[in-house]
Amino acid sequence: MSQTVMADAAPRDAAAPTPTLRRPRLPRWAPAGLAALAVALGCGIGLIGGLDSRIQWGLIAAVLYVALTAVLAGAVEGARQAKDRLATSFIWVSFLLAVIPLASLIWETIARGVKVLDGYFLSHSMNGVITMEAGGGIYHALIGTLEQVALATLIAAPVGLLTAIYLVEYGTGRLAKAVTFFVDVMTGIPSIVAGLFVLSFWIIILDFGYSGFAGAMALAILMMPIVVRSTEEMLKLVPNELREASLALGVPKWKTILKVVLPTAVGGITTGIMLAVARVAGESAPILLLVFGSAQINANPFEGAQSSLPYYVYEQWANGNEPSYDRAWAAALVLIAFVMILNLVARGIARWKAPKH
Amino acid sequence: MATENPPAPAGPTRGDTRKGDRIFLGLSRGSGITLLVIMAAIAVFLAWRAALAISADEANFLTAFEWDANADPPRFGIAVLAFGTVVSSLVAMVVAVPIAVGIALFISHYAPRRLATPLGYVIDLLAAVPSIVYGLWGALFLVPHLTGLYAWLDDYLGWTGIFSYEGGAARSLFTAGILLAIMILPIVTNVSREVFRQAPKMHEEAALALGATRWEVIRISVLPFGRSGVISASMLGLGRALGETMAVATVLSPSFVIQASLLEPGGGTFAQNIAAGFKEAGSMGRDALIASGLVLFVITLLVNGAARLIIARRKEYTGANA
Repeated sequence: MSQTVMADAAPRDAAAPTPTLRRPRLPRWAPAGLAALAVALGCGIGLIGGLDSRIQWGLIAAVLYVALTAVLAGAVEGARQAKDRLATSFIWVSFLLAVIPLASLIWETIARGVKVLDGYFLSHSMNGVITMEAGGGIYHALIGTLEQVALATLIAAPVGLLTAIYLVEYGTGRLAKAVTFFVDVMTGIPSIVAGLFVLSFWIIILDFGYSGFAGAMALAILMMPIVVRSTEEMLKLVPNELREASLALGVPKWKTILKVVLPTAVGGITTGIMLAVARVAGESAPILLLVFGSAQINANPFEGAQSSLPYYVYEQWANGNEPSYDRAWAAALVLIAFVMILNLVARGIARWKAPKH
Repeated sequence: MATENPPAPAGPTRGDTRKGDRIFLGLSRGSGITLLVIMAAIAVFLAWRAALAISADEANFLTAFEWDANADPPRFGIAVLAFGTVVSSLVAMVVAVPIAVGIALFISHYAPRRLATPLGYVIDLLAAVPSIVYGLWGALFLVPHLTGLYAWLDDYLGWTGIFSYEGGAARSLFTAGILLAIMILPIVTNVSREVFRQAPKMHEEAALALGATRWEVIRISVLPFGRSGVISASMLGLGRALGETMAVATVLSPSFVIQASLLEPGGGTFAQNIAAGFKEAGSMGRDALIASGLVLFVITLLVNGAARLIIARRKEYTGANA
């Protein structure tokens, strides 16, 4: 679409000999020129006004740019074009506004995270480390995260997968409608509520202790709807002709599903499960309630408190001193890297295994 | 299996087939029912513990401005938490939705194609950044950097009362709202972008052919088409903002008062209060936190349900379900 507009604009400039029929337009370089002018003015005002925050300089420049463009376009091109330019600047500004914090988040995490991130950090726990001092690591948290997420996946993936199969391959009646609706509702459950549920049922009423498994149950509740949704989408993409061909050959329905439908959709399903894993790997609220946190290595998820990466970040932040902050940033960096790699691999699989037409 | 010979379905063969189908159907239907049971169990268990707590509560659960659930007799109320949750989420919506719509339009209609596709990926990835990382960044980077904005707001808008600020760390509901806004930007952008992309090309081209500017094309053909999608995207974002725990817990310094000014520290949200109060809570304290969690659960159910209804209605009349 943008190309269409460009193509429109070019001949208009060329059609200068009939100025009476067209309103004059600003030259193509006008936005860039105005931006440069606005930045210069912004810096000038900032210097003269003695504003020490660079953010203020930037904001002044942005406001000047928007105002200058609108006024100039209004004078030269007319009100409609001025409005168009105003909208364009608003959209660019909103884009830049959003990029700044998100880029800063990534930048800060990387810049502050690499300080203490090394082999020692990855291979040692916090056992016996005084929180005011440097040292210690995330080994216990890594073990915790991996075990809890693996257990959650073991619970959630089969249930989610089978539910999706039910919805797509069998479900027509009221039950299917109810399941669809409640899967939607479940997607919106706050993680802390899932944690409270497991707390009330597993720890308060059944009187089990804090453990990685309790946390894994809450994570599984958060994972299930995501797995159902993505699997459902993928199963719907499998062409009906494949099912019909298989059924016409006399293959029973369950075998058709296992041998024809699922293999066709396996790439997308894997992607969905991995994205769900990435989503719950970063959850800290249920871990806080159910796994309780620990400084020691506890490799048994069914017995005793564990730690996890997101919980570790929270715990170190709560210590409130510089060495702990360093550890928190480093753990956050590891966590982001873990989640991002899962995401990228998942998307890679989706692209690689995508059904070819 | 001996099913290669359909014209002559011998008794056992057919029985086998049926048995396999029955087992498989049973398994998959059972999983569906499991999901329903989990949802029901969440509601029942939370309601049960909440009922225990509320019946022991000596103060009014809905209106009291205090949280002494571990005291004897326990006194606690959710007024402050409800206020804080609503205010921080509203701030987040007001900040995030216009910007998210702007970015979505940028990606779908303004950015050059070569930039738009990677941008979409980046937004997807940002949606996956764990909330605790936002929380850490919010507490150690955003809070110190917001004092300037706070002072500026106080200078020019302090007279309204809601933006007065007396200095100190910017650990208020407003900061929580800004951080929530940054967190929900990716998800609101993603959903809106999908909707804008589905806007009928013919409408856009027709508008262009009539000489509309790019903004007019968007106003005439894209925004009306995408309005319900943007509303539901915002409500999905709202649902996430309401239930967000760690990011609020790290940037807010909580207290059980309602501040007239958004910029003064104090207040709290449901989720933040649960995370902050859990480790010190005794058995009554835990039940009280569960009671507040139940309220949060009901609120998010309503918000998400409304969002889903809007999406479902839209699907019906546009026929777009891609």
